[in-house]
Amino acid sequence: MATKQKTAIISEKFQSFAKNEKGIWKINAQDVHYKELNILLRELDSNGVAKVELSNIYGQRYIGTDLKTKLKIDIYGTPGNDLAAFMDGPSIEVHGNAQDCTGNTMNDGQIVIHGRAGDITGYGMRGGKMFIRDDVGYRVGIHMKEYVNDKPYMVVGGTAEDFLGEYMAGGILVVLGLTLKEGEGHKARFVGTGMHAGIIYVRGEIGNLGKEVKVMDVNEADLEQIKSLVKEYCDHFNADMDAIMKGKFVKIVPYSHRPYGRVYAY
Amino acid sequence: MNQQDLKIINPFGNDKDFAGCSIFGMMNLEGKRFGSKDPVRAITNMHERSNGLGGGFAVYGIYPQFKDYYALHIMYLSKDAKEKTDHILASNFNIIFDEEMQTKPANVINPPLLWRYFVEPKKNRPKTQTEDDCIIEAVMRINTETGQAFLFSSGKDMGVFKGVGFPEDIADFFCLEDYQGYLWSVHGRFPTNTPGWWGGAHPFNILDWTVVHNGELSSYGINRRYLEMYGYKCTLQTDTEVLAYAVDLLMRKEQLPIEIVSQILAAPFWSEIDQMEPKKRLALKTLRQTYGSLLMNGPFSVIIAHHGEMIGLTDRIKLRPMIAATRGDMLYLSSEEASIRLVSPMLDKLWTARGGEPLIGRVRSKKTVAPTEVKA
Repeated sequence: MATKQKTAIISEKFQSFAKNEKGIWKINAQDVHYKELNILLRELDSNGVAKVELSNIYGQRYIGTDLKTKLKIDIYGTPGNDLAAFMDGPSIEVHGNAQDCTGNTMNDGQIVIHGRAGDITGYGMRGGKMFIRDDVGYRVGIHMKEYVNDKPYMVVGGTAEDFLGEYMAGGILVVLGLTLKEGEGHKARFVGTGMHAGIIYVRGEIGNLGKEVKVMDVNEADLEQIKSLVKEYCDHFNADMDAIMKGKFVKIVPYSHRPYGRVYAY
Repeated sequence: MNQQDLKIINPFGNDKDFAGCSIFGMMNLEGKRFGSKDPVRAITNMHERSNGLGGGFAVYGIYPQFKDYYALHIMYLSKDAKEKTDHILASNFNIIFDEEMQTKPANVINPPLLWRYFVEPKKNRPKTQTEDDCIIEAVMRINTETGQAFLFSSGKDMGVFKGVGFPEDIADFFCLEDYQGYLWSVHGRFPTNTPGWWGGAHPFNILDWTVVHNGELSSYGINRRYLEMYGYKCTLQTDTEVLAYAVDLLMRKEQLPIEIVSQILAAPFWSEIDQMEPKKRLALKTLRQTYGSLLMNGPFSVIIAHHGEMIGLTDRIKLRPMIAATRGDMLYLSSEEASIRLVSPMLDKLWTARGGEPLIGRVRSKKTVAPTEVKA
């Protein structure tokens, strides 16, 4: 009985749309509800599957949530909100755009998005890496945080909208501005509002900052950090490393680790 | 209102729930009409954003055979209310045609009696009163007089269909597969602060203006009091109602363009106004001083529509989602990109607007809107 169960990696109800083709599990997610889809992914993850391909994804939420192994997930279509929420290890590649709240409280793993990502991308992200080829929406990196060795990294190839790095509490956020025209600056307003830890690196002009942060020039150590992340970005999206590094980077950091300490204490 | 009344009005529970509504708009920029299939598929794909306590559709270009008459959709919670309302209608309008609205059994909760009238205002009214004013007066009177009758759609050649259920169920209930329109705006509701009841579903309408809304307007009280001075009476127990009347006041009555109206509803911060060049600063300051009470505070994304135009707008710091796309002659506005991709996998353009900046779609030539020119 035990051996019989072992051969059937996935439940019977999933077998009509999930097939193992030469070690890659191909899932046709057309009309599959997110709850079912995530149960299926958990089954594959807990059985040590290495690679999954999801096609016909139209807005299914929480894809990859709670998964803990090194599973590789390729997504074709438009994944729904909270992609990779609470994810703890897998690597997700989106061949398309992502919606809102990608990487919500993600703990470890990697997300690569061949397109744009929406609002509150990286919300409360605690670890792992995220690379977005194009632009991102509002409040990206909101309340990213780090603790001892857990540190999140996010690289945005394009530009960001308002409240970038809002309430940021740790981690590294890089915005490359590759979608801006020659001489055009980033238009994001209220950047770093409420930020109290972590670093935002921006390539290009950025003006409208929250009152808790300051802009500084980058030093050698900063450039090393930027270079290693940009290299990964270029590897994922086949971009020109030298051209990107020719741009001028600045860093945005908070004045204080407890900007509101006095507000509540006195 | 005491607790007992609340229970009667909202048998589905008054508890506060947290989630987002779904909004979706789809418009043919050449004014060509199309069926309910794609709008229904798109909103159904965002099922998770609503909870079955409200769904609705506004469809433009649906009554070509009666396009010169106001189409009134009225829900009656009692037979008595219909008698009283019929009396009001008969004394103010020539009723060209009326019928019970076409419905079929569907997964909706306690549908009221639904009636449709095509009317024209009588000629023997005060000289200063326009036909539109006459309709608005009737809407306010009917909606306040009995407490049991609600006129929820009052435009020409368009109609609102709404109620308690998921939007796909509402479409089913009203047999929307039998209608063709060139602009569909759709809402899936997840009521947060106000009851889920038939009148409280979106879209909200006055004349041919409709609004579907995701979010909550914390400024409802001040907005309502301001609108009351202009004769608008809020009866539907839902914040969005003020937005529909504000749009009617600003855009139809005061003839302000949406570019100005968006600066009133989602005004820039004073800190931003202070940094503008003097002329613009004065203009924005004047708008805020004149229309301060129509500032919509709180998170929102809305789709505002009337004949020939569909407008998307979010609050000034974009606390609710909205994305726009075009493909050929179609313009899409949606809470989520996936719903647009579902009905149109290939897109010419996909973009988002900044908080407070309107996304505007206009029919290219008003002429093509004339529904008679288009074969269903």
